[in-house]
Amino acid sequence: MVEFWWTYVWPTAIIVLEVVAILVPLLTAVAYLTYVERKVMGAMQLRKGPNVVGPFGLLQPIADGMKLFFKETVIPSGANPVVFVIAPMLTFILALIAWAVIPFGEGMVLADINVGILYLFAISSLGVYGIVMAGWASNSRYAFLAAVRSGAQMVSYEISIGFIIITVLLSAGSLNLSDIVLAQKTVWFFIPHLPMFVIFLVSILAETNRSPFDLPEGESELVAGFFVEYSAMTFAMFFLGEYANMILMSALATVLFLGGWLPPVDMVPFTWVPGPIWFCLKIALVLFFFLWVRATFPRFRYDQLMRLGWKVFLPLSLVWVVLTATVLQYAGWAQS
Amino acid sequence: MIVQALTFYLFSAVTVVAAVMVIAARNPVHSVLFLILAFFNSAGLFVLMGAEFLAMVLVVVYVGAVAVLFLFVVMMLDIDFLELRQGFLHYLPVGGLIGLILLAELLAVAGGWTFAPEAAQSVAAPLPPLAEVPNTDALGRLLYTRYVYLFQAAGLVLLVAMVGAIVLTLRQREGVKRQRIADQLRRRPGEVVEVRQVQPGQGV
Repeated sequence: MVEFWWTYVWPTAIIVLEVVAILVPLLTAVAYLTYVERKVMGAMQLRKGPNVVGPFGLLQPIADGMKLFFKETVIPSGANPVVFVIAPMLTFILALIAWAVIPFGEGMVLADINVGILYLFAISSLGVYGIVMAGWASNSRYAFLAAVRSGAQMVSYEISIGFIIITVLLSAGSLNLSDIVLAQKTVWFFIPHLPMFVIFLVSILAETNRSPFDLPEGESELVAGFFVEYSAMTFAMFFLGEYANMILMSALATVLFLGGWLPPVDMVPFTWVPGPIWFCLKIALVLFFFLWVRATFPRFRYDQLMRLGWKVFLPLSLVWVVLTATVLQYAGWAQS
Repeated sequence: MIVQALTFYLFSAVTVVAAVMVIAARNPVHSVLFLILAFFNSAGLFVLMGAEFLAMVLVVVYVGAVAVLFLFVVMMLDIDFLELRQGFLHYLPVGGLIGLILLAELLAVAGGWTFAPEAAQSVAAPLPPLAEVPNTDALGRLLYTRYVYLFQAAGLVLLVAMVGAIVLTLRQREGVKRQRIADQLRRRPGEVVEVRQVQPGQGV
């Protein structure tokens, strides 16, 4: 019985505690990202943003959450009920399980697997299912059109993201996220790979369906896109999933290009700050970029979006892969 | 150990049930979704065998790319489910016959299965020590050294298939208005804008 306790129950309890320690701050961050978005955009557009509920409007996300929680979940009569309910759950779950492999600091990772970056890529490529299933199950033209648009968009931009990931892992010589971060001790990858960093930032905007690539939602033409038929908590799950995905993609950009938990300079005042705090600061920086873009640019036209993905980003990233491999091979930096 | 065994039975049971549901489900979209579930659980089985690279590639390639295309095509189908169910008995003899022939052939193949003597040498290709090298590394070393020509040939076959598919579906349509960015950028105000003095009551 004692052996059973130490080999099964205790490790399981530890894992559950670790999961909670990741998810609780994450969900809080998701809730407050909506608040920060409204505040930042308000400031950029000379408005005040939410300022009524609580001091500085700080309780606004909680009020929004309560409102959505107490509303009725409406399932349209023509909808396919099972798929209709599974779709938002899938979106939300996929946005959460990807966090299992993100390293917050030296050795601070839930699952330190060898193929961490491939796992993240696989999970993010599944995100399209939530949207396509929602669009199809709603049995509505607007939702379906948005789902088809979104599917095509996400598949297109995934390819350039894949090539960018390949350049990074060629430079790091590993698929493990912690090793990728440690490989950036001398120089963060966004300096040698600056063009790829820019392409990656634009691609993650398209991958998370954020403005200026928010055609799937397209408020002005598709009313709200693929989740037009969703209400209450099912809608909230899409919403939370989208914001959790934004944070996840920012974390990915941080790990791949901005040196993860490493301090900017390996010197005394910077090394006093613990790694996870650096990590969160860098994520916040990339998130600010997301919001800044949303407040600045108008929406892309659909054919322009496709041209950008297939005719500009794909060839550029492909050339960069070849270039990186050649330089690594002939400069003798390649790990055998 | 028991946890591993339980996980194995969970994954394999779900795989088998999902695979059956792929052909048993009435709605084709449900079939594709069950297919995805089957892929996913097979990836789980790969992880249990320690082949994490294969597992991730299975999810990226099959679930992330191939099944998305399936789902797209199937979603666009305009199917009357009642019509699908009609004529089942009508097609049963032919379908059953084909099924029986396939089963007989499979049994014949399984019965006459032998290894060629050369195969044993190929199987015994020198593997990198799996305890030290992650299996992504090990696979890469084999694929890009010993099997490099076969690997490149497979790539070429896929390329030809892709070119073929594009050639088959590409058609030049008349009267399609395309945006030509070079033309737009070359335009100067002098060529397209003209300032005129218009007399009242006369028009341009």
